[in-house]
Amino acid sequence: MSNVPSNLKYAASHEWVLKNADGSVTVGITDHAQEALGDLVFVELPEVGAHYAKDKEIAVVESVKAAADVYAPIGGTVTEVNQAAADAPESVNADAYAAWLFKMTPDNMADVDALLDAAAYQAVADAA
Amino acid sequence: MLKKTVLNAAHRALNARMVDFGGWDMPVNYGSQIEEHHAVRNYCGMFDVSHMCPVDLVGADCRPFLSRLVANDVAKLTVSGKALYSAMLNETGGVIDDLIIYFLTDTRFRIVVNAGTAEKDLAWMQAKAAEWKMDVTITQRRDGDNALGIIAVQGPNARAKVWSVLPQAKAATEGLKAFFAAEVDQYFIASTGYTGEDGYEVMLPAGEAESLWNKLKDAGVAPCGLGARDTLRLEAGMNLYGQDMDETVSPLDAGLAWTVAMKDERDFVGRAALAANGQQKQFLGLILLDKGVLRGHQKVVTAQGEGEITSGSFSPTLQQSIALARLPLGVAIGDEVQVDIRGKLLKAKVTKPVFARNGKAVQ
Repeated sequence: MSNVPSNLKYAASHEWVLKNADGSVTVGITDHAQEALGDLVFVELPEVGAHYAKDKEIAVVESVKAAADVYAPIGGTVTEVNQAAADAPESVNADAYAAWLFKMTPDNMADVDALLDAAAYQAVADAA
Repeated sequence: MLKKTVLNAAHRALNARMVDFGGWDMPVNYGSQIEEHHAVRNYCGMFDVSHMCPVDLVGADCRPFLSRLVANDVAKLTVSGKALYSAMLNETGGVIDDLIIYFLTDTRFRIVVNAGTAEKDLAWMQAKAAEWKMDVTITQRRDGDNALGIIAVQGPNARAKVWSVLPQAKAATEGLKAFFAAEVDQYFIASTGYTGEDGYEVMLPAGEAESLWNKLKDAGVAPCGLGARDTLRLEAGMNLYGQDMDETVSPLDAGLAWTVAMKDERDFVGRAALAANGQQKQFLGLILLDKGVLRGHQKVVTAQGEGEITSGSFSPTLQQSIALARLPLGVAIGDEVQVDIRGKLLKAKVTKPVFARNGKAVQ
């Protein structure tokens, strides 16, 4: 059973989003996503300063098995990336909620609130 | 409705991640594909390959039939038990399937063909036997009353592990060099495999497969899924049917020239086309120098023109991404080429199409 923390928001495309006190959000892939992909061997992070529209391909995670796009769960500008996750892709398998991928400043904070809550995402993951 | 091997319940009991593999419900891993890969390179792992199809040939014309049917020459099979890897070609020289032929007696051979191609292979073999009026009876052994299960036990400790659970097989199999088989009671034990490691492929009555699987597991053999099987065969430089070659690809363009016996005048299906077309491409290895993962169908840019990756992944042994690729003639081992990965051109080095065998990197 995959782990779906209740303090996070989720996109149906399997990203998690954490609201930070400074108005930014932290984004990663869910435990369900890492488990479905299997052992990760490569993470490609976005460029700091780049702007992405909601649902645009923003990062790539690759396992031994397959490559998967990570989509921008909301529109916004990338403010920071987690190079440690790119240097050690297996850290995402070990703890998908600790090994975040990037931080964004949302174009509109209401977009974050409109994302799925844990129960709604659990239903998406169960159906996948 | 997915087809299931006789070990399906055993995989589920081990919490395997199951996938649809060409219509078969098969385990892709039991947790970590990379750990399973290392288990085979360094110790011992086992794979359920009961979806592959054994085909028994019986009759006076086995040799003349196989001599015309496949591109390699069964005349090389002079010692009972010897195995031969070959492609079976169509008239245009494309690969219908790649297979292993085991020579038992002059009137009895066993062939093992791929899972996804078994039906068309059998139909082709039956049609050719009828067309050539050959005295040979062709019987599949995957489904039905006389079905066989197949467990591949691979790795440096594989032989000892098999003997620990099948002690009666030790005397007949300990002297087997690579690519031989021995029959012991109801077991057909072959020193063949698809990993680049020593080991056995054990065929046995399907109803006994789960018992052997569980005994091997209790003896410490790691259950391994098709994910690890793919990275192991890729490191070993072994072709995968449907990816590295198919009915539109000549064996000469798929790195299989070593399996095509053209020296004498033997007539075999596809020979005329191979002779007319010759080799058009080279089948070589790639190691990615930049960060990323090589995958099938990615475009390769070389000074001699474009090529294409046929199989690619991450190599757990080399800790780099590797691939098999069809490249233009003239590209040389050691050349630096570029691979188009999502629109970016990344640097890769051309290598021999083999990366790791017998527990070690060979690049």
